Amino acid sequence: MTVPVGVALPAPVVEMIGVRRFFPGPPEVEAIKDVDLTIRQGEYLSIVGPSGSGKSTLLHLLGLLDNPSGGVYRLDGVDTMSLRERRRAVLRGERIGFVFQSFHLLAHRTVLENVALSMVYVGVPRRERMARARVALERVGLAHRMDFGPTTLSGGERQRVAIARALVAEPSLLLADEPTGNLDSANAEAILELFDELHAGGMTLAVITHDDHVSARAQRRVRIVDGTLQW
Amino acid sequence: MLGVAALVGTVGLGQTAAGQISQKFDLAQATRVVVEPGDKNGQEGEAATELPWDAPLRLGRLNGVEAVGTVSTVNIGDDLVRSVGLDGSEGKALNVMAGSAGLFEAVRAALKTGRFFDAGHDQRADKVVVLGKHAAERLGINRVDGQPAVFIGDQPYTVIGILDSVSGRAELNDALIIPNGTAKAAYDLKAPDAIEIRTAVGAAQLIAGQAPKAIEPNNPSNLSVDAPPKQGAVRKGVESDLNALFLLLGAVALLVGGLGIANVTLLSVLERIGEIGLRRALGAARRHIAAQFLVESVIVGLLGGLLGTAVGVLLTVGVSWSKDWTPILDNTLAFGSPLLGAVIGLIAGTYPAWKASAIQPITALRGA
Repeated sequence: MTVPVGVALPAPVVEMIGVRRFFPGPPEVEAIKDVDLTIRQGEYLSIVGPSGSGKSTLLHLLGLLDNPSGGVYRLDGVDTMSLRERRRAVLRGERIGFVFQSFHLLAHRTVLENVALSMVYVGVPRRERMARARVALERVGLAHRMDFGPTTLSGGERQRVAIARALVAEPSLLLADEPTGNLDSANAEAILELFDELHAGGMTLAVITHDDHVSARAQRRVRIVDGTLQW
Repeated sequence: MLGVAALVGTVGLGQTAAGQISQKFDLAQATRVVVEPGDKNGQEGEAATELPWDAPLRLGRLNGVEAVGTVSTVNIGDDLVRSVGLDGSEGKALNVMAGSAGLFEAVRAALKTGRFFDAGHDQRADKVVVLGKHAAERLGINRVDGQPAVFIGDQPYTVIGILDSVSGRAELNDALIIPNGTAKAAYDLKAPDAIEIRTAVGAAQLIAGQAPKAIEPNNPSNLSVDAPPKQGAVRKGVESDLNALFLLLGAVALLVGGLGIANVTLLSVLERIGEIGLRRALGAARRHIAAQFLVESVIVGLLGGLLGTAVGVLLTVGVSWSKDWTPILDNTLAFGSPLLGAVIGLIAGTYPAWKASAIQPITALRGA
């Protein structure tokens, strides 16, 4: 990426330096080998790779769901390597919004409650949670579905609920893991358009996918093969 | 829930049954107070004092006394008792006892036939006699409508009644009972041997304390009082025996119930592994997850406890109703049992909650 001289770069959200992750064997598997990755504020990055390439492991590391075996990972300038589990959970709740392939909505809660759930552990008061959840649902175009159960929604609608849930806590980074993997092409397109809008609005996005069509929408593409990044 | 129901039900029924048993004890035993003259200076056989004839009158004024009567053995010397029959039967050696009119009520005597003598017979020293059950059998008398007579020595007495049963003073069954006045006139009876008191339920201890002072205000310690064991002692004994058994049963039921809750919670942890992963991804710390499952199992336990208590109370009341018993339920039991359920939920939920909190978020997310 070329940047005009004299213009300050946006602050990095993610800084990974020499990050490694291996799973003790036997046989020992080195899923991530020496990854350097910087994602700056407002960037829209896609990470592509075939299955088994280590992209899920990379996502878990990025999302603080897993600990690197070595290297340095700073999120919003905070060194995550030295954090205790409890602090990592708080950081995860505050700074990262997850969008999963299989949505992960709670079947027995309404759409509104599902969205509000992501602010429970951040300590937002209930009244404010509900108000912000409404705003987030309006933003993804689901204002009319607020009091429905997730099981009555289509796949595309469910993924939009999940995106609203990821956005509502105002994270620094939106992490999406195969966000269109369970959707037909029309719904997938709608989700990708939503991502474009979010990007235009200044959100930092990292989308992990094996689908070139999805990754092509990103501003910057990174390929992961056998645990190493290729530019 | 079943555990708590079983506990409340068994303990409730246990208490009710124990209450029932001791009520029966009460009727037979716990309302009987007997006053006798004490031994003089600890010497056996020598009475310290004489009981006054008007003792029934004095004791009758005490609150809690339901019936009171004197009883004495009459010394008839070598006199034998004969009934007047067609066979002109030979004389038998039978005891003769004297009593006041209130005696029969005081010893809960029931009549087989005829009537008791009353205060009028007593005053007039009428020659009437009431036969004890066995005495009547020995004399061959079983009905009184023909006004049969018996001879004590050479004096005829009219049989006016035959006893069927007495409680407490069994020797009345074997005796001929004549009014005090008659005994005084015919055999020079000096004083009552004993005073039989029937008290209201629960009043026996009180009356036992008051009776000597009412009879002999100057020297109450000259009297010896025979009262039932302290109120409730019998009941307590029976209750604790029964309760130990029922509590054991209840504890087993609770253990099973607790294991049930643990099992259900463990299953729900496995079922909701995706939710656990999601919550962790949304910033929940391990303790949040543990707290969630712990709270859930406590609520399950509390609801189970409430339901169980309701069922147990209904069971106790229902059984009592069908048996015509008085249901007895401890307040502590009724209000403590839901809490007990909650505590069991807490204990049962500890392991599943720990298990849930130990699940790694990646495993959880992959699993669902």
